[in-house]
Amino acid sequence: MGKRVLVTGLGSFWGGRLAQAIEKRPDVDVVVGLDTREPTVELERTEYVRTDESYSLLSRIVRATQVDTIVHAFLVVDSTQMTGRQMHEVNVIGTMNLFAAASQPESKVRNVVVKSSTLVYGSHHADPVWFTESSRRSALPRHVVERTLMEVEGYVRDYAADNPHVSVSLLRFSNVLGEEIDTPITRLLRRPFVPCIFGYDPRLQFVHETDVVRAMLFVLEHDLDGTFNVAGDGLLPWSEVIALCGKRPWPLPPVGRGLAGAVLGRLGVDLPPELIDLLTYGRGVDNRKLKAEGFEYRYTSAGAVRMFAESARLRSTVGDEPRYRYERDVENFFRHSPAVVRD
Amino acid sequence: MRAMAAQGSPGGRRRRPALVAIDGAGDASAREVTGPATADDREPDGTDAAGAEAGAAAGTVDAERLSDVDEWGRSQHMRDLLAVLYEPIYERWLRVEWEGFEKLPRTGGALLVANHAGAIPLDAPSIMHGIERDLGRPVYGLGDEMFKRIPLVNVGWSRLGGVQAHPDNAYRLLREQGHLVVVFPEGARGPGKHWSERYKLRRFGRGGFVQIAMRAGVPIIPLAVIGSEETMPIVAKLPTLARLLGLPYVPITANMLLGPVAALVPFPAKMRIRVLDPIHLDVPPDQPRYSRSKIMDTSEAIRNAIQEELYDMLRRRRSVIFG
Repeated sequence: MGKRVLVTGLGSFWGGRLAQAIEKRPDVDVVVGLDTREPTVELERTEYVRTDESYSLLSRIVRATQVDTIVHAFLVVDSTQMTGRQMHEVNVIGTMNLFAAASQPESKVRNVVVKSSTLVYGSHHADPVWFTESSRRSALPRHVVERTLMEVEGYVRDYAADNPHVSVSLLRFSNVLGEEIDTPITRLLRRPFVPCIFGYDPRLQFVHETDVVRAMLFVLEHDLDGTFNVAGDGLLPWSEVIALCGKRPWPLPPVGRGLAGAVLGRLGVDLPPELIDLLTYGRGVDNRKLKAEGFEYRYTSAGAVRMFAESARLRSTVGDEPRYRYERDVENFFRHSPAVVRD
Repeated sequence: MRAMAAQGSPGGRRRRPALVAIDGAGDASAREVTGPATADDREPDGTDAAGAEAGAAAGTVDAERLSDVDEWGRSQHMRDLLAVLYEPIYERWLRVEWEGFEKLPRTGGALLVANHAGAIPLDAPSIMHGIERDLGRPVYGLGDEMFKRIPLVNVGWSRLGGVQAHPDNAYRLLREQGHLVVVFPEGARGPGKHWSERYKLRRFGRGGFVQIAMRAGVPIIPLAVIGSEETMPIVAKLPTLARLLGLPYVPITANMLLGPVAALVPFPAKMRIRVLDPIHLDVPPDQPRYSRSKIMDTSEAIRNAIQEELYDMLRRRRSVIFG
């Protein structure tokens, strides 16, 4: 019998990408995707279910669909998308409901993959250059997104401890770059003048969007257990990232940089506080644990930046590609109508 | 890919070469062992820019770097630039002389431990410059997190080889990459001491440097430096201003009394650096914890050894300026 997979956050960039990849696998029988928003990518056979943002519907869905694999991709790591309260609702309460549903006595769940972020390590002047999976933060979390992600990881650890028969893997992704992904960093790097903090040139690490999808599929396929950092090899100074993208730096004052970020936010340049920390002190994570399991990265940090720069140049010339729009009736027709010939 | 997993795990994490930024596209094809697995992997991201990277489809995509800043923030280019500027100070002004230079290893990691003095301590750049010039090896200097906090200073400091003194950083530099690392266990207490206390070593921290060397399994090489105390002697300190600025000390130096320009010019005291015999710690590396008493005893022994050596060098010194 094939796998029955539940993907949370189907409407998010990652949820959609992962569902696309998972539904192509022959060993997967069923793919169910949950989200508050409609999918933004074209899907063959994934079933989309609309939920409210804290996923209160989950226990019914887990019971009804008898899923054995959960891909938890809905965690919000971009704090410019919503308020702190909403983020708490989505990340913390959503995860709580997910694990409550997955730990029902009749649950068939055997494999859980959670997509977290290296934001949980923070960015501080007392940090080591490389964080390993077991490193602790140098300072208490100051930003809402970091706090919610740490609470989420607490739920993941509790669930893993209470359910030793389930392989739970927690992936911490570093900053993602790629052709399609939209994050505060990619938005900054698409501007002609890229903000930096005067007098600081932190070293950053990047991972390419295809490596993110590949890493999640890799841990699914190998039933890996535990926490893994996912980030490309090498660290790059922010000044060099800007230069590789062919842009000019725009220095912000080092004193009162939080205020400068808030002002820029009003002007439409998103510079959330956790990104200001990152642009001051940088962050590097040790990616060798996942490599030791056999995973191979397709892109180094510099390679990811190069691919991003190339695609940004293309996009600035030919414009955005038309986006897919989800139409419920059309999707239902292709999935369920007897008129469609299926094999 | 499964074959990789099988052969990857016994090799262990430690054996793997360090994660350097440059990951040569040339050897990438050699690492890619399984053909079908790669084709399999490409499937999920059918929409990606596979076409754009056609040339490197089998291996890792890297990019040509624009700078030579390594993972620690050090840039050989910047070091070379500084070497040109510092060479006259080293050779003509301080006339640095080494004793026992041959005791420094040509390969492998070692932790150099030295005394630290002078309001702007010139012992650090002299040790690093001398070794890089005459041994041709990079030297990384462990320093307080304070350097990472100050704008501009943090960039210059890390480009020239300064690394935050974090045990994980030291372990990676020494054990995994086999570099030379210099540390000043007195910290800011050494340079921040009054002229009247010159050549009296402060407490050597909490012995963290010994623990670092034990974990990394590298020898400790003590260095005794004379001369830097006299380059910029502190005659008074402004503790209130230091507190306000968040600095460990704000000194009034003898140089400042000679005018605003002379304030930044060190006195031309002859600098002598003596390399002591390497100390091999007879404990197994990679332990999570080491005996506190052994750490403190070793730390104290090294401190005493450097102190004795300093007194010996001062007994032989006839003139501060001419050595």
